[in-house]
Amino acid sequence: MKTASQLRKLADGSRLVRVTFAGTDFQLREGGNLAAEMLAAGIGPFRYTPVSGAPRNPYCMMGACFDCLVEIDGVIRQACMMEVREGLSISRPAAGEAEHD
Amino acid sequence: MTEADLVVIGAGPAGMSAARAAADAGLSVVLLDEQRKAGGQIYRDVVRAAKVRADILGPDFHKGLELVHALRHANIHHITGATVWQIERNTRVAYTVEGAASFVTGKCLLIATGALERPIPVPGWTLPGAMTAGAAQILLKQSGMLVENAVLAGCGPLLYLVAAQMCRAGTPPQALVETQSTANILAAVLHHGMGAIQGWRQLAKGLGLLSELRSSGVKRFTGASAIAIEGSEHVEAIRFTARGRRQRVECSTVLLHHGVVANTQTARSIGVPHHWDELQRAFVPEKNKWGRTVHPQVYIAGDGAGIGGADAAAITGRIAALAIAGELGAITQAERDAAALPLRRDLRRELAARPFIDRAYPPYGGALSPADETIICRCEEVTAGDIRKYAKIGCRGPNQTKAFGRPGMGPCQGRYCGLTVTELLAAANGLSPQDTGYYRIRPPIKPVTLGELAGLAKQIEDEKETAQ
Ligand SMILES: Cc1cc2nc3c(=O)[nH]c(=O)nc-3n(C[C@H](O)[C@H](O)[C@H](O)COP(=O)(O)OP(=O)(O)OC[C@H]3O[C@@H](n4cnc5c(N)ncnc54)[C@H](O)[C@@H]3O)c2cc1C
Ligand code: FES
Repeated sequence: MKTASQLRKLADGSRLVRVTFAGTDFQLREGGNLAAEMLAAGIGPFRYTPVSGAPRNPYCMMGACFDCLVEIDGVIRQACMMEVREGLSISRPAAGEAEHD
Repeated sequence: MTEADLVVIGAGPAGMSAARAAADAGLSVVLLDEQRKAGGQIYRDVVRAAKVRADILGPDFHKGLELVHALRHANIHHITGATVWQIERNTRVAYTVEGAASFVTGKCLLIATGALERPIPVPGWTLPGAMTAGAAQILLKQSGMLVENAVLAGCGPLLYLVAAQMCRAGTPPQALVETQSTANILAAVLHHGMGAIQGWRQLAKGLGLLSELRSSGVKRFTGASAIAIEGSEHVEAIRFTARGRRQRVECSTVLLHHGVVANTQTARSIGVPHHWDELQRAFVPEKNKWGRTVHPQVYIAGDGAGIGGADAAAITGRIAALAIAGELGAITQAERDAAALPLRRDLRRELAARPFIDRAYPPYGGALSPADETIICRCEEVTAGDIRKYAKIGCRGPNQTKAFGRPGMGPCQGRYCGLTVTELLAAANGLSPQDTGYYRIRPPIKPVTLGELAGLAKQIEDEKETAQ
């Protein structure tokens, strides 16, 4: 069973910094697009839907679909609209979280 | 800065060229974009990407550099990473940067928020690993990442472009699953004979991409139907019917695309009327030939005003800027008209191939009218069958569906289900999409937190105090 997309990174010499996702440490490129770096690190699913619990990962990468939602410091954010910073502590949004209205 | 002659939302080709043209005419411009770099979708992160990936991205990408460099002008204040979530009294724009909300008021407003990829609800499109073709491009331009072991599915010029870029980078797709048929192309040729020739530049570009794909040996299936994505926790394969039989190609990513449509969210949130464009098969905002909407201070340009592509977007941006400069007295009507004349000629040339492309690469029928079990609203997991059921019990328009279920009420606000819901209801009720209508869009058009609002309230109070 496949669990991740395969992504090849073109080298760019960025510094790697530590972030955690759901309690596990990952080294991601500092300043990189958070959703992209998470995908390339094989992190996923980003979240489970509140309705059926289905797994989701980024779909549009342009801030329109909201499938890349993650929780950072208690705030639910679009990972594709954020940059990697050292020490980010990321988790899946709690199930049933009121993300709308 | 909280005031400007012109506020522009969107730093793609339309917004960038409008900002520069307005600045040249002497107007003060605030340019807002939620991305951290100017460029918009086509020229995403162009300054950095052009240096390191020019060979992969192709010659067109370079045009973006000029537009970005032209933003260096004393009259232009470009606020990056600024997400616009509300517009009040037509020209007061509320936005958030890094968790802090502010607003800026323009004498005029230009909406240049671009396009979205047309929703493509096929079975399995919500699985991790199913993405838009545009998303793959964004990964490449912005992050220097190449999607390996992928299949591209759908149709249209952007699909070929992405495929060609993947080939150039040495990670060709496993297959190209194309939904248009030879009959579509033939019909387009017959219908547009002369028009297609006028638009030969774009068509030649397309042919160039196709021959690139041919020589790289990517497997192509045309006239594909019954597309479904397989996998339990993640994409594992794509199935479809082509060449007269069922096919299955294993892959870890499926990149979907069948055209782009105007992103109407911002214009709708301030009540700009839209109408159904049969050829683009989407709603487009109503505007005059200068891009002016029913709100006299509000203009709209670029793909958000109807799909024309990047070069047309830059031209319509300039045309709108001229009208705004004329309106605000920075140039005379005669100057405005004289400057617009060659732009209109260029625009006609740019748009000449459009109807041909729309006919040759019609949206995938299986995604316009999905099977009952297919999820059409990604956020609330509403299926096509649900919408048909609502129609049966009397639901006529998209806003009414919300009384039955929650389609369009999730965080994406219908960006990826709105057109599908319109089409499904129209077909079920025997009405036109025009009469069926679209979701009413209410602000905030992007999420805003209480903390951000509190900051804004303080700013408003402080300003009141200084005014007193
Ligand atoms: C994902 C994607 C990839 C594409 N790639 C190509 C390509 O490679 N080649 C090609 O010819 N065409 C491409 N297109 C088609 C594209 O629409 C046009 O070519 C061109 O980018 C349109 O220019 P524009 O200025 O109208 O809008 P865009 O270039 O789309 O610019 C709109 C800008 O508005 C900003 N924006 C939108 N809403 C808000 C908001 N609420 N707050 C703040 N900012 C906001 C966006 O961040 C964006 O930068 C692509 C389209 C998409 C959707
Ligand atoms: S991936 Fe669509 S909003 Fe982030």
